[in-house]
Amino acid sequence: MAKNGHSLNGHAHLPLGRAPCGFSGWIEAIEVREGGGGLSPAEIENRLLELGFVEGAHVEILHEGVFGRDPIAVRVNNATIALRRHEAMAILTTADRPA
Amino acid sequence: MTATAAPLSTDSPWHFALVGTPNSGKTALFNALTGSRQKVANYPGVTIERKAGLLQTPAGRSVNLIDLPGTYSLRGRSPDEEITRDVVLGRLASESAPDLLMCVADATNLRLAMRLVLELKRVGRPLMLVLNMFDLAQRRGVKIDLARLSAELGIPVVTAIAVRRNGTEELLRRMDEIADAHLAAPGENTWRPPTASDLRAAQREADRIIATAVAMPARPDTLTSRLDAVLLQPVAGLVILLALLFVMFQAVFAWARPLMDLIQAGFDSLGVIAHDALPEGLLQSFIQNGVISGVGSVIVFLPQILILFLFILLLEDLGYMARAAFLMDRIMGSAGLHGRAFIPLLSSFACAIPGIMATRVIDNKRDRLTTILVAPLMTCSARIPVYTLIISAFIPDRHVWGWVNLQGLVMFGLYAAGIASALGVSAVAKYFFWNEHETPPFMLELPDYKLPRVRSVAMGLYTRAKLFLKRAGTTIFSMMVLIWFLASFPRPPAGATEPAINYSLAAIIGHALEPVLAPVGFNWQINVALIPGMAAREVAVAALGTVYAIEGGKEAAAQIGQALANKWTLATALAVLVWYIFAPQCASTLAVIRRETGSWRFMAITFAYMLALAYAASFITFHVAVALGAG
Repeated sequence: MAKNGHSLNGHAHLPLGRAPCGFSGWIEAIEVREGGGGLSPAEIENRLLELGFVEGAHVEILHEGVFGRDPIAVRVNNATIALRRHEAMAILTTADRPA
Repeated sequence: MTATAAPLSTDSPWHFALVGTPNSGKTALFNALTGSRQKVANYPGVTIERKAGLLQTPAGRSVNLIDLPGTYSLRGRSPDEEITRDVVLGRLASESAPDLLMCVADATNLRLAMRLVLELKRVGRPLMLVLNMFDLAQRRGVKIDLARLSAELGIPVVTAIAVRRNGTEELLRRMDEIADAHLAAPGENTWRPPTASDLRAAQREADRIIATAVAMPARPDTLTSRLDAVLLQPVAGLVILLALLFVMFQAVFAWARPLMDLIQAGFDSLGVIAHDALPEGLLQSFIQNGVISGVGSVIVFLPQILILFLFILLLEDLGYMARAAFLMDRIMGSAGLHGRAFIPLLSSFACAIPGIMATRVIDNKRDRLTTILVAPLMTCSARIPVYTLIISAFIPDRHVWGWVNLQGLVMFGLYAAGIASALGVSAVAKYFFWNEHETPPFMLELPDYKLPRVRSVAMGLYTRAKLFLKRAGTTIFSMMVLIWFLASFPRPPAGATEPAINYSLAAIIGHALEPVLAPVGFNWQINVALIPGMAAREVAVAALGTVYAIEGGKEAAAQIGQALANKWTLATALAVLVWYIFAPQCASTLAVIRRETGSWRFMAITFAYMLALAYAASFITFHVAVALGAG
């Protein structure tokens, strides 16, 4: 599986939670490492999937909040979803269109 | 089928259920299909709203349509979604299993709905897909191959335009066809809670189907992206949101005035007519002071409440509410509140009861409890009568800084104090009660902007007005009768020199409370008004009117304000205003807290902390004001 990449130059496995506003790319993997707010990692993964964050989907960060650039509004294929950067860390992206 | 041969309508009606993702326009479709023939109640044992209504198909069949809470899947993550799951699966004992599931989807945004359709198919019940907002999809250049979509999914696909007149004709016609062809045999139920890999597989399948049957325009909705560029701009977005709230509150006061004057004048002349028609005595006093001026002094606030709801409904239908939650998430988060709490808290400005019920969208229990705890601190419309009365009696009607009305400014200050205390209380609650609590995930779809439709907004306003008038006719009316009774009995002894009310039960109760409430500057008349105010805050105004009207032997309660200005000091007036920011003065709110949390203890905590805050804040206000020479 994908490693939790740390390169910030827009290539391999950039977590969406770290991407700048305006970033556009494709989802490589959904990997929830920790739960939050009383939810298990599996539950958070399910919720991300239900909102359309699946491997291969196109994502683009359209807007971000003023404090801590959080939360972010993400265009996922054809819908806009608001979420916090903390949860978006689980969405690993690549700037290159997957094969 | 001919119109004369419609024996089917005498059969027991079909049961159809509307299922769909949030923002699919499901409720608009429900309203269009059932019109005024709908009934809103609760599911037994829970406080989740059950919306059902009757409709007639062109073939004369009766259909009992139920509108289920919106959901992205049947996993049942919140009490609302559990209801949807249980009704769809036919597990709810009180509900007949639906004969047909109608999955409603926004035709401009099919991706998440399509996955839900695939999940619903596994339930095995007859299913159809309704592509709502089809006109919008066509205008935006979304091309949907209906036959292909229907073939891929293996279910009938019908288009609808819920907000357009005749926009559901095709749907109604097809209901008959589909009922004939599909309702005979429900298949096997193979549904189980989907796992992550099920969800992935289903979304891929959904994406594949969309790719074969739907052609998206090259550019997404440009209006939404252009609006969002401004409205979600980090700094400007927040400024616009605050400006919007400010305009909303100014409007509530400025626009409502002429209408309120009209209603007031109407009730005044009604009182005079009653006075002239009835013989002098108890009955005359009861009808004029108890009934007409009492109920009138509450109904006069209908315009303000409707204007407030008008704003809330417009912003909701426009799609702005989700944006407001997005903008406020971090600010609310720093106070220990969830971004989703914004909508319940905003509704609490109208009334804490729908606000507390709206907390059901918050699936995390602790977040929900915190939101319920602070919702009554948001200034509800029932406080408006109290605030308006006291402000207009004590605060001069002039402008500061050239254009800001001083009375409006004080009002804004009272609202701001409510908001600030709500944030403070939730921060304290977070720190003391559940400090190990992590911030829960905030995930919310931001729907495309849509022009609000007159019909749906009007329907929402009508429902609110009906509820308010019903309350005025029942709770408030009976409280007014009670207060009139307390203020009128026992009758003064023969040869009494003091005003009649000084011998009444009301005076006895008011005086009994004096030792407790004198330190915050309240006189016994205020104490009397606080008691019926427990049933509904706005009654306090009418109660004060009754108390003072009867006391002075005066007929018109229209001069309550004048009476107050003569009898209260400014310090007392300010203490009453501050009392009302915090006071748990509403039995129905407490009842709904008890119902929603299922806990007497939680209700008692809410009551106690609000009472303590009210007492402390009024005490401080009164003494500071006296020290500054306003006593």
